[in-house]
Amino acid sequence: MGKKSAANIFLIFMFFILYAPIFYLIFYSFNSGGTMSGFDGFTWEWYEEIFQDTRLFIIVLNTVVIALLSALISTIIGVFGAIALRSLKQRQQQTLLALNNVLIVSPDVIIGASFLILFTFIGFQLGFYSVLLSHIAFSIPIVVLMVLPKLMEMSPSLVDAAKDLGANSWEVLTKVVLPYITPGIFAGFFMALTYSMDDFAVTFFVTGNGFTTLSVEIYSMARQGISLTINALSTILFLVTIVLVLIYYYLSQRSGVKGVNFRK
Amino acid sequence: MENKTRTLYMIPYIGWIILFVVAPIALVVYYSFFDIHGNFTVGNYGKFFTPVYLKMAISSFWYAFLITIISLAAAYPTAYLLTKTKHKQLWLLLIIVPSWVNLLLKAYAFIGIFGAHGAANQFLDIIGIGTKQLLFTDFSFVFVSVYIFIPFMILPIFNALDNLNPSLLDATKDLGASKWTTFRRVILPLTLNGVKSGIQVVFIPSLSLFMLTRLIAGNRVITLGTAIEQHFLVTQDWGMGSTIAVFLIIAMFLIMALTGFRRRGA
Repeated sequence: MGKKSAANIFLIFMFFILYAPIFYLIFYSFNSGGTMSGFDGFTWEWYEEIFQDTRLFIIVLNTVVIALLSALISTIIGVFGAIALRSLKQRQQQTLLALNNVLIVSPDVIIGASFLILFTFIGFQLGFYSVLLSHIAFSIPIVVLMVLPKLMEMSPSLVDAAKDLGANSWEVLTKVVLPYITPGIFAGFFMALTYSMDDFAVTFFVTGNGFTTLSVEIYSMARQGISLTINALSTILFLVTIVLVLIYYYLSQRSGVKGVNFRK
Repeated sequence: MENKTRTLYMIPYIGWIILFVVAPIALVVYYSFFDIHGNFTVGNYGKFFTPVYLKMAISSFWYAFLITIISLAAAYPTAYLLTKTKHKQLWLLLIIVPSWVNLLLKAYAFIGIFGAHGAANQFLDIIGIGTKQLLFTDFSFVFVSVYIFIPFMILPIFNALDNLNPSLLDATKDLGASKWTTFRRVILPLTLNGVKSGIQVVFIPSLSLFMLTRLIAGNRVITLGTAIEQHFLVTQDWGMGSTIAVFLIIAMFLIMALTGFRRRGA
């Protein structure tokens, strides 16, 4: 019995450590005192400030637009890439997959710095499009990795049967292959979406002046010290995250994509 | 699949690999041979081996090592105990939720908690130790990094433990192995792959966390990542920044070779 309760205390302690900072932020977002120590009184002031801040609203909009567009485009490129990859010989497949995985394991700083060099080298203006292209670039490999296992488990005779029955390659794609790998596509799209929304380091390098996403904005706000608007913002983002987690959990339960995954 | 369609499908993907995987790395290597005035030189590499940069690289590796070891020490028992709970998938999900909260917000929370009048100091005051300077120390940097990475370490280890065949454990018990022997000879070797993936997803990013060193460590800790950011965005010495990046890439491949590539959480 003693062992069991020791185990429980350890787990409770871990959960406490993991969640305490988040709830600490949320708690002080209602502090009228303006600091993250000493609770003076309850206020909605910081939330009102957020909702009146049009600049912040535009930044949130930028972030969402970048996330949706990059997730969509990277999903399209990634899905077709994965389909083509599958039909290659083992060796070529391994080589391409190794290249595919470079951006997944690369530290963000390397991705950011090397993309900054790339854009400067070809004379591409930094701003919305450089950020969008970068987000597409680092999302493609994760889409491929989410889609490829589904393609691998699809029996080749399925495609052969469709062809024997007179389907052309467009029909094979839209009526057989894509429906089969839909769970993988959704998982890939969702991961790309969250990667993009959460990214800070890569965006920080390639954003130039004038264009900002939420992560970069939070960084520059946090560097100036404590401002409870950030706390209010984090409460809202935490609620959005919870909703996203629930949707993802529901989708993955339903589609049988195994396990849960991470943001970068 | 017919070759024509395959080529068509392949074009954007191969284009992406050439433009955003091969070209950037090639350009980093290319830029590492230029000094701040744009003259061709190998001086950057010479500079990297001067004490200033070597010390920085070694301390960066040392911090990454500390962060990895501490995360592992906290994550392994957690993952093990999680597999023993009822509704383990739900508990696992709850462990992972904090990893979905924006990293900068978590770092920002610690600016408050470790601040002069923050919760940590209030606690130290109550238990009689008295307030201490916590923020802008290497302790806070390691603590916050470990905090951020723990879920990433727990997931692969949890999956490895979860895939362990329970009859193996019964067999060791029947054959008279003690709990420690069972752990050392059966459980640990069979979950080593999970541990390796965990090390990989913690160690490599730990080398490059420049935002944490800026926000939490107040520039008292310089990681390779901080140095790269500094050279690219502050001093504009892209050549030296690229040289450091080349070494970081080499380090990355070495670690990959040691631990083998596995997908995050696989």
